[in-house]
Amino acid sequence: MHRAMEAPVDNRTLLDKIRSGDPGAFEDLVRAYGDSVYGFGIRMCGEREDAKDVLQDTLLQAFRKLRTLKHPEALKSWIFRVAANACLMKRRRGKYAPDREVSLDELAPRDAADAEAEIPDTAELPDASLEREEIRAEVRAAIEEIPPHYRVVLLLRDMEHLSSREVSEVLDLPETAVKMRLHRARLMVRRALERRAGGDAAREGRG
Amino acid sequence: MSGAHDHGGPGCRELLDRLSDYLDGDLPAEVCAHVDAHLADCPPCRVFLESLRRTVRWIETSAPARMPEDLRREVLEAMSRLERGDRG
Repeated sequence: MHRAMEAPVDNRTLLDKIRSGDPGAFEDLVRAYGDSVYGFGIRMCGEREDAKDVLQDTLLQAFRKLRTLKHPEALKSWIFRVAANACLMKRRRGKYAPDREVSLDELAPRDAADAEAEIPDTAELPDASLEREEIRAEVRAAIEEIPPHYRVVLLLRDMEHLSSREVSEVLDLPETAVKMRLHRARLMVRRALERRAGGDAAREGRG
Repeated sequence: MSGAHDHGGPGCRELLDRLSDYLDGDLPAEVCAHVDAHLADCPPCRVFLESLRRTVRWIETSAPARMPEDLRREVLEAMSRLERGDRG
C-alpha cells in the first residue's frame, strides 16, 4: 500500500503505536519527522552524507529507546535532542573554532542607514517570484554562516517551533541562554538581509 | 532623521536586547509597556523592530530541506526490517 502522501499521525497516537509494537509505527515516525531531522542535519552539518548519518542515528536511537518515553508531548524534543547530539558528535570529529558568545554591540545597527535598509516583507512578494527565491537563498546562506551554537537554537525555535523551555531541555542550556542566543542568531540573519537590501538600494541609486 | 529623543542612547541599547522577547510575547506586562512607550517615541527603533519581525518571518518560511527520495525509501525499508526483526 502506498502511504507516502498520508498525513503524519499525532504524537500521542505515534507513541502509543511504538509502545505497543504496532507494525509500521517506525515508518510513521519517518513520515512524521524524517524531513525535519534530515533538514536539521543539513543545516547543522552542511553535508548531505552527515545529514543522512544524523537521520539514521536518530531513527536507530528511537527504535532502541523511544518506547520508554512517558509523555507524548515530549516526543519532538526527544527526537531533536538525539539529532542535536548526533550533530555534536559530527562536530567533535571535525575541526571547529571554540564556541564564543557574540556581543550585542557586534550586531547593533552601525548607523541610521544601516537601521533603515528595508528588508522586504514576505507577504509583499508573490509566491515563486525571483526575489522571494533570492531572499530565501540569502536566508539559508546566512543561517549556514551563523556559529553552530547559535544556529542550533535558531533552527529549533524558528524552524521547528520548539518553545524556549523545550530548547533548553534539548540542549541542556538555561532558558535565558536560549533566548539570548536566539535573539543574536536572528540579528545575524537580519544583518545579512540588511546588507542585501543595502546593496540593492546602492545599485538602484547608482543606476 | 531623529525621533522625539536622540536615537542610539542607553534606552535604545536596552531595547535592542529585548526585541526578540518582545516579538515572542515573552516579556512581563510592565516591561512590555515600557518597550511600547519607547517605540512610540523612537521611529528608528520601530524601523529596526519591523526589520527583525520581517527577518523572523523569512527564517520561518525559508523552504525546509526534504530528504531525497532514495534516502526516504532506504530509511523506510530499514525501519521496516528492524520492526520485523524486533517482532520475530
